[in-house]
Amino acid sequence: MAKRKTFDTRRQAGFTAIAAFCFVMLYLPIVLMAIFSFNGGLALTRWEGFSLVWYVTAWHNEVVQAATIRSVVIAAVATVVSTLVAVLAALAMGRGKSFRGRSAMFALINQPLMVPEIVTAVSLLVVFAWVKTTIGYSGLGYLILAHSAFCIPFAFMPVRARLQGMDQTLEQAAADLYASAWQVFRRVTFPLLWPGVLAGAMLAFVTSLDDVVITEFVKSAGQDTLPTYMLGQMRRNLTPETNAIATVLLVFSVVLVVAFFFVSREKHAKAQL
Amino acid sequence: MIEVDRIHVRFGEGPGAFIALNDVSVTINESEFFTLLGPSGCGKTTLLRSIAGFIHPSGGAIRLAGQNILSLPPFKRPVNTVFQNYALFPHMTVAENVGFGLEMLGRPRAEIAATVEEMLALVKMTAMASRRPSELSGGQQQRVALARALAPKPKVLLLDESLSALDLKLRKEMQIELKRLQSETGITFIFVTHDQEEALTMSDRIAVMSAGTIRQIGTPREIYDHPRERFVADFIGDTNFVQANLSADGTVELPGGARIRAGLQEDAAVAARPVTLVIRPEQTVLEQVPEKAPLSGVLENVVYCGTDTHYHLMLADGARFVVRRQNNPARPVTFEKGQRLGIGFEPQAVQVLEG
Repeated sequence: MAKRKTFDTRRQAGFTAIAAFCFVMLYLPIVLMAIFSFNGGLALTRWEGFSLVWYVTAWHNEVVQAATIRSVVIAAVATVVSTLVAVLAALAMGRGKSFRGRSAMFALINQPLMVPEIVTAVSLLVVFAWVKTTIGYSGLGYLILAHSAFCIPFAFMPVRARLQGMDQTLEQAAADLYASAWQVFRRVTFPLLWPGVLAGAMLAFVTSLDDVVITEFVKSAGQDTLPTYMLGQMRRNLTPETNAIATVLLVFSVVLVVAFFFVSREKHAKAQL
Repeated sequence: MIEVDRIHVRFGEGPGAFIALNDVSVTINESEFFTLLGPSGCGKTTLLRSIAGFIHPSGGAIRLAGQNILSLPPFKRPVNTVFQNYALFPHMTVAENVGFGLEMLGRPRAEIAATVEEMLALVKMTAMASRRPSELSGGQQQRVALARALAPKPKVLLLDESLSALDLKLRKEMQIELKRLQSETGITFIFVTHDQEEALTMSDRIAVMSAGTIRQIGTPREIYDHPRERFVADFIGDTNFVQANLSADGTVELPGGARIRAGLQEDAAVAARPVTLVIRPEQTVLEQVPEKAPLSGVLENVVYCGTDTHYHLMLADGARFVVRRQNNPARPVTFEKGQRLGIGFEPQAVQVLEG
């Protein structure tokens, strides 16, 4: 009798068809969007010849410029703040002495992932509206604060995963070799944690850059970020300019992910070799 | 030199608490190769980690050259550890690993470089100085871990089951290597192992531990030849236990009725009582004529083990007894299964235990 193979999904009927269908559904719209960003005419669905006109238009659009700068500033500050908080939280949960309510704390840190975003958005709107009328400040601070907060779990998860996978005897070995608590952190824990920190920061940055719902509720007049600007365009006149902006964002995020892949692979290779 | 004084360690609270070390006391001499030997869970690693500073005993003292080090954090204790999994820093080269301790002590660069070179030469790893730990084999990692722990010239080196991850041949090599390093550096080694053979070959003295206490401390020879209790005799080497009766005249009646004289422990009283005799398998011989020997048994099984052959016999009282005989093709012997054979031994081969 022939040897029975272990269960293999690839051998199940229809596997290829289902896989192909999933990939088409995932990537066809993105490909179409990118293609039509090079459309020469105004139409979103009718090809009128290749042109870079919409990229040029977007580039010279002062509203787009301002929204881009706003998006990047908010994302950059939110990334730094949330990553810092995430690293400290991960260290407190993974290395410090066990404390009462540690698992409750874990749930609280990850809460923004569980609560529907619209609920967070509405509650922030209410609170910030009250604060705004009380203290009179209506700058970018509210958006930065909101983004920093909801980015924390995204920065936290890779850092925590990395910390949990780390061999604790390495830190004991450092302490055994006369390293003080701070030296252990600086020379052993942090260098080994770094890929996790980088991944967390990237996730936080992309999450902030991409946010629509919370930003739409929290922003004051004239505080459009790139995504809320694009949303606004949809209500007025949707042109391939929106496609062009989306394509640039796509290229940017792909570049970021690929760069991270190579950086972490190099690190990994160095450690493995 | 290092004085462990009634150390008490418990894990957990209340009735579910586990006592890992129950008022353990031991004094380890300067430049001694001292081994903590016992089965897993006996407390040997807990004792080692208490000395290193990773476990905080609830009672007792650990004195190093007279000073109680129990209140010092690990990084202020002049002891270094070779960890079971080596715990080499993966993001540093071999040389950086070895120099880490000296760097943390704030020694000048030139001194660090010189010591690193010296240590790598000592463990024969000079050629690997710029490699990363993941580029090394298990045996090489072991050497680097040793060099790293020796580089700050600690007063005491702690080795936590440091050879258990190596294969047998490499382990034998490293046993000799460790012993050489210890005598060359003159540093006190405290070695933790569950491997009794490893303990016997390397140690100056051994502490046999069980259930959070030290059962016996002595040289390998003392521990092997004169085990003070059944646990020690059983844990170290292969052993036959024979139930016998001690008479008031100091003779012992064996199963089968023969009487022999056996050396009692110095502090043991001479009074009629049941005792257990410890007889090592390699200190016995088989006799074709049962009547010539103090013990006899029926041969049940013959196990060939390369260097020697184990003969399993059943004694008159039903107990099993193993005789070990070195194989020598020049002097072949044939014993038939089911044959009744004599078991011969010298009186010195017998240890008398209570009960």
